[in-house]
Amino acid sequence: MDLETFWFCLIAVVWAMYFLLEGFDFGVGMLLPFVPRNDAERGMTMRTIGPVWDGNEVWLVVAGGATFAAFPAWYATMFSGFYLALLLILFFLIVRVVSFEWRSKSETPRWRSTWTWANTIGSFGASLLWGIGLSCLVYGVPINSDGDFTGDLLDLFSPYSVFAGIAVVALFAFHGATFLTLRTAGELRARAEGAARKLAIPAAVLGSVYLVWTVAVAIDRNDKDVFPPALPAALGIVALALAIVFIYAGRSGRAFTMTALGTISLVATLFVSLYPRVMVSSTGFENSLTVDGAASSHYALQVMTVVALIFVPIVLLYQGWTYYVFRKRLGGDSPGAGPVETGPASGPV
Amino acid sequence: MSSLAITTVDLARLQFATTSLYHFLFVPLTLGLAPLVAIMQTLWYRGGDEAWLRLARFFGTLMLINFAIGVATGLVQEFQFGMNWSIYSEFVGDVFGAPLAIEGLAAFMLESTFLGLWIFGWDRLSKRVHLATIWLFALGSWASAFFIIAANSWMQRPVGSTVTDGRAELTNVWELFSNRFGIWAYIHVLLVGLTTAAVVIFGVACWHLVRGRNQELFRHAAKLALIVGVPISAVNLGVGSQMGVVVTDYQPMKIASTEAQWDTCQPCSFSLFQIGGFTEDDQTPSFSIQIPHLLSILATLSWDGEVQGMNELQAADQSQYGAGDYIPPTRTTYWSMRIMAYAGTLVFLVFALGGFLYWRGRLASARWFLWLGVAAIPLPYLAALAGWVLSEVGRQPWIVWGLLKTADANSPSVSTATIATSLGTFVVLYAALLVVDVVLMRKYARVDPPEVGGDGDEFALPAVTY
Repeated sequence: MDLETFWFCLIAVVWAMYFLLEGFDFGVGMLLPFVPRNDAERGMTMRTIGPVWDGNEVWLVVAGGATFAAFPAWYATMFSGFYLALLLILFFLIVRVVSFEWRSKSETPRWRSTWTWANTIGSFGASLLWGIGLSCLVYGVPINSDGDFTGDLLDLFSPYSVFAGIAVVALFAFHGATFLTLRTAGELRARAEGAARKLAIPAAVLGSVYLVWTVAVAIDRNDKDVFPPALPAALGIVALALAIVFIYAGRSGRAFTMTALGTISLVATLFVSLYPRVMVSSTGFENSLTVDGAASSHYALQVMTVVALIFVPIVLLYQGWTYYVFRKRLGGDSPGAGPVETGPASGPV
Repeated sequence: MSSLAITTVDLARLQFATTSLYHFLFVPLTLGLAPLVAIMQTLWYRGGDEAWLRLARFFGTLMLINFAIGVATGLVQEFQFGMNWSIYSEFVGDVFGAPLAIEGLAAFMLESTFLGLWIFGWDRLSKRVHLATIWLFALGSWASAFFIIAANSWMQRPVGSTVTDGRAELTNVWELFSNRFGIWAYIHVLLVGLTTAAVVIFGVACWHLVRGRNQELFRHAAKLALIVGVPISAVNLGVGSQMGVVVTDYQPMKIASTEAQWDTCQPCSFSLFQIGGFTEDDQTPSFSIQIPHLLSILATLSWDGEVQGMNELQAADQSQYGAGDYIPPTRTTYWSMRIMAYAGTLVFLVFALGGFLYWRGRLASARWFLWLGVAAIPLPYLAALAGWVLSEVGRQPWIVWGLLKTADANSPSVSTATIATSLGTFVVLYAALLVVDVVLMRKYARVDPPEVGGDGDEFALPAVTY
């Protein structure tokens, strides 16, 4: 594999990590007004992702930085082209980030409810827009022969991309619910499981339709064959189907594994459908940005490869350890009480 | 058409200046508080004095409030190169992208993950491992600053790269990271961080002392702030001065503009204050206070050193780079440098006086000085912001010194209306965040740190405050 392709794969992996980890953070955020019953439970629900959400969000920073370093032309066209969508995403993410720290800093119900909803809306908005934005890479946006984006915000909205956004929202909500069933105990856990049951079938159906539609878009608009995009898509559909089975069987560990696999498959399907291009042009297919055309020089990629090979495993190790440290379930019979140990909990990842 | 293009670049610059300066309101305090909170916790771990544990938690809470908004605004930084400056991004990505990507993967990841472990790990980790998490957080924040400063310093002095086919390409990553400009800038930023944190700790301690609250505890805090603040703020004045020497070597136009020096001089006097003399049409100030030889010493480290003037440099630049105006906005560079230097000097004087009073055992009773300590809190912020204005405005008209002009670097596909929308959004959002942030910082700076294991202790544990 040449270095350009290696970096394309690595960026796909970084996006997959982002969707996998921040996916359940967003899901928990979206469920925040609905699953917990009172303020104490709401705090507890936030605490299930409290130690990890910040580290999870850094995968997005890495995705941005890695794209900038390895594919400057892709970074330049995508970020300037998706301008207003990214502005909205930043808005949602900023509101959500501060909601974590600030919600607890005053006791008035109005303050609490404001920041609870800030977290929920931020999570929902960012999920929706990432779904729309990433699917536009393969669906195509107007790009001229200089590689510059020539459209506007409306060019990002097509039936396919909007559907993608909704599917990602549903999938993240489901993924967040299965995560909560693993990280909570007692009544809170029972309600998280109830939410997961309600979400399972809609999320799996939307996710599966989205995967099939993505393969169709890849064939239709990006000159791909059915294979290989159908492979990760099929894997994703199987995982989502099994997630339904496991959640109804009360096997929350396995259900979470399957929503995680489904999320990863979604990103994999997108990137496999995209290769060897990185952004499809809807106005002239020959103007599409390619992996080779958008890449940095060989030396720069070599340097970055050494850095990635050293640090990605280290990061995975210490982030994995974090999940191990915080494996205890939260909640129990007395709301507001400290964490309660209720049997072995398998940590995610 | 050309006037429209100028407006787009202006707006893009305004947005970058606004969001970056705002982001940097939060960076120095994190850079400084991280190791100082780690030191407090270490003092408790080794000596068992619970005062240090209470202080670590107290200032740790301020650090968290500050860090949250730093993270949120940092995301904007990562994205807006591509959003507003797509030509720049394509031109520099091969070189500039590397330190940014490494920062995310190797430094910011460490910082964020271990902060989470520190906040929530009080009752999950052994004392020793928990202590390690705050040190790793500090290490992450310092490493993060290194890579960001390396990237910015390449824009000031491009090294380790060559321009091929209309874009910069990395040729030697070690040269990129050992850039003389970057090493000095990095040291400067770290010292700014430590100074800022020392001033904030000292100011908060003074407030509690003047109110007669938590005397014993905040005498500890004031002492630590003085031990750090007196030497660090002094050394930082020297390092800042050395930055001037480095800038003279690589960016002579920036130093000439900073000193409003139109004609080459030898020896050169330093202008402390002047009225007029800031534009090509008005090169002689109508009033000025000068110190003979001081500019020669500051810029070249010699009594009679020569400093090139803007008129000579403009002529030389025109013959090297073609027609154009190569003189940065001189009124801005002149005053930003002086605000930085004067505010930095005041910080040192406050610390020096505080150190003297502490030594004579009169600190807690000198009420006027305690109020001065509180009033000094804005000074390091003022100095840091003015320093960035000097560094970035002084680089104009270049975005990458000698390689790419700012006017040629923005996104061609982004309209003025779009940038105006985003600028407006950020201004409103950031203003709201600042109000809430200041309210929260004030509130938590005035709290009485609870006894360990006492009634209010739950409150002191950030972990259980969600």
